[in-house]
Amino acid sequence: MGGGTSSYREIEETDVILLWGSNARETHPIFFHHVLKGLHNGARMYAVDPRKTSSAHWAARHLPLHVGTDVALANAVAREILAAGLENRDFIAHATSGFEDFARHVQPYTLDYAAEVTGVPAEVIREMAHAYARADRAQLCWTLGITEHHNAVDNVRSLINLSLLTGHVGRWGSGVCPLRGQNNVQGGGDMGALPDRLPGVQHVENDELRAKFEQAWGCTIPPKKGWHLSGMFEAMERGDLTALYVIGENPANSEADQHHAIHLLENLEILVVQDMLLTATAELADVVLPAAAGWCESEGTVTNSERRVQRVRRALPPPAGVRDDIEILLELARRMGKDLGNPTAEELWNELRSLSPVHAGMSYARLEELNGIQWPCYDESHPGESYLHGRLWERPVLGPRAPFACVDHRLPFEELSPEFPIRLTTGRRLDSYNTGVQTGHFASPLRRGETIDLHPADARRLGVAEGETVRIVSARGAVLAPVLLDEGLRPGLAFMTFHFPDQVATNELTVDAKDPQSGTSEFKAAAVRIEPVGRSLVTAEAEVAAPVSV
Amino acid sequence: MTGESAPDLKIPVPRGPVPVAPPPRPRNTVELTIDGRSVAVPEGATLLEAARQLGIDTPTLCYLENLTPVNVCRICVVEVENSRTLVPACSRKVEPGMVVKTDSERVRLSRRMVLELLASSVDVSTAPQFQDYMARYGATPERFGPPAPPAAAGERDAARPGHHHAPHGADAATVHQPVKVDNDLYVRDYSKCIVCYKCVEACGTDAQNTFAIAVAGRGFDARISTEFDVPLTDSACVYCGNCIGVCPTGALMFKSEHDMRQAGTWDETRQTATDTICAYCGVGCTLTVHVQDEKIVKVTSPLDHDVTHGHLCIKGRFGWEFVNQRE
Repeated sequence: MGGGTSSYREIEETDVILLWGSNARETHPIFFHHVLKGLHNGARMYAVDPRKTSSAHWAARHLPLHVGTDVALANAVAREILAAGLENRDFIAHATSGFEDFARHVQPYTLDYAAEVTGVPAEVIREMAHAYARADRAQLCWTLGITEHHNAVDNVRSLINLSLLTGHVGRWGSGVCPLRGQNNVQGGGDMGALPDRLPGVQHVENDELRAKFEQAWGCTIPPKKGWHLSGMFEAMERGDLTALYVIGENPANSEADQHHAIHLLENLEILVVQDMLLTATAELADVVLPAAAGWCESEGTVTNSERRVQRVRRALPPPAGVRDDIEILLELARRMGKDLGNPTAEELWNELRSLSPVHAGMSYARLEELNGIQWPCYDESHPGESYLHGRLWERPVLGPRAPFACVDHRLPFEELSPEFPIRLTTGRRLDSYNTGVQTGHFASPLRRGETIDLHPADARRLGVAEGETVRIVSARGAVLAPVLLDEGLRPGLAFMTFHFPDQVATNELTVDAKDPQSGTSEFKAAAVRIEPVGRSLVTAEAEVAAPVSV
Repeated sequence: MTGESAPDLKIPVPRGPVPVAPPPRPRNTVELTIDGRSVAVPEGATLLEAARQLGIDTPTLCYLENLTPVNVCRICVVEVENSRTLVPACSRKVEPGMVVKTDSERVRLSRRMVLELLASSVDVSTAPQFQDYMARYGATPERFGPPAPPAAAGERDAARPGHHHAPHGADAATVHQPVKVDNDLYVRDYSKCIVCYKCVEACGTDAQNTFAIAVAGRGFDARISTEFDVPLTDSACVYCGNCIGVCPTGALMFKSEHDMRQAGTWDETRQTATDTICAYCGVGCTLTVHVQDEKIVKVTSPLDHDVTHGHLCIKGRFGWEFVNQRE
């Protein structure tokens, strides 16, 4: 089961924090409050990030690696831990598998090799390796800097290797913590909104589990897993997917290689969009189903990055003519000839509890009383679990051993070239969120619109000044944006967000190279060149409106 | 997807033992007497906590559960036997055998005086708790005379230590001044500020760690200020609104609330407050959504929640406008 293994509270009581590919200070600000408590309590933090972000400013050491060299760094950390004899031999022998192969596999990843590949000085890598391995308690946290790559799963496995090597998992204050980018990414997956899972993260290809659901629902469930989002776009490309029903997602703006994504959406036989606002995707739709704002106009639950299931409640009624998501789905079922009645959110939740053992103990009353409960929660006397994988410390180990993974460094899909010499990476800013559908409406004093952030040295080399509009060109498209200088970048590294798709369609630049296992696109690493425009914005925009040939 | 541990994802992971946090450090019990009643509390507890355990309601202004006590308001003072001065209950630790009076004439007089001095110089019209305390202790701030006229905009911010004229005594000196409105999210009405330091603490190490504001000036000129008194928009402020969340007097206020009060439409009797979860990142902050006439008018967060401890970021606190704008 996937989920953060630790609780926020534990990071306040840990000794070493590796914040890897995460600008939590801006993207998960209240999680970062817990990190700050940890730092004030004496924890030492290492920030691994190509940019010196506002999070990295709080770190004892910042490791500014080249974009997409995380596996090389992680393997080198592992090798150094082994070379120094700092691995947790008891834990490895007792609770893991594949260690011998792994130890051999990381041998070529010397500090010097890693320094060469990642750009991080060898002594800093060594210091982080020793600090992490020697800590009584250590947390390894990451965000999209790890997962928005063509080798996302390899990246994650390489980090988990470190926690297994040192035994920093399954104990109070020690764990691995992927921070979820959206308020119910965790819950959506837990509820079965993944191509291979039924509700309660139960695998659809397990016959026994599937039979349980078939019996409860009185229907037959396809026995094979389906497509993830990127797989769906590939199926659209092949013509295997011709009808799409989008609920609360804006792929027309959020998909990498946007130009291509919109083309595929336009060519569908039917596109149905259910959303609370008329998004760019909804504008392409044949049918739009106006939906209530789930977080304040509906009843239900969401699950956060520490696996805490919490209640969302209706604070106000939706506007006239707008319906709750549940109501829409039930009505749709009725129109398709299946009357599912009119269950409330709580009744639906209770059905879930009857089918998902890890949610079984979470009655609405208990969720209310306990300010949410962290899964697993097996029955109504179970308090929920602050950390996962304590089973690995049981003697004998309970359940399967945790396997090491032998993964290798692979450069980002799109290599830099004389034509596209600048690495463009993307991310969020504090006051905005994704494609700006929700955050575009409040008057943030921090908002300055889209920019292309450059290191001052690059700006000097290109002969452009802060505020000047430049053209950013990738193999897929070109956009115009004003320059913002950021000393936290390095020469050759540029940064953009995708918060203002109406102003600058950043995802026309990004590459849709996908991780074959997770289906996530490599939003973090495109190759671009930057051209001074040197003329009025209006002229330049007129030019870019025509397709760019490269 | 973390792709972790189980080699075959189709097999459910077995149920393990329930994890537990390490037990808290064992502490000795301290016995003391408060208002003639004996009470036992853990070593390190404060007199305020001990009094609360006995159900004694001790007034506080600068104290808040999620902030470090700074002992500036002196409203919580109590009398400790053999102590020359009154002591602040919010931060004074219990000691074995202490004999404490929380409602003696000396305590009541001191609390009344604090309330009168503050209320004679500060506008407490949006501080209901403060007004309750005034009624409880019979405070009559008007005895210091009519309030002096307000200062011009920026006048108090320009005050420098030592540059003072002796007061003439005919009226009560005040901190009254025009409200500062320099952004669309919140206003600073320092006519209502009692300099309790809570906003400074919340902006500092107790929560946000942004350090956009601090106390400038000394004595009666003490005031909350950005660095060099720049407008908020030129300061380090990140608009989390956590200063508003802890302000006890309404000096810091959501612009939405301020505008409605100005227009005479703010009516808490017509408002509901509903707890839900923020729609943005995956941290899962509890938002208390305040609704009047089917429109969101402000968002707060409960102090006693493990995720937020009452604190939010700009998106959670202010990112709800799109809900009101839908038609």
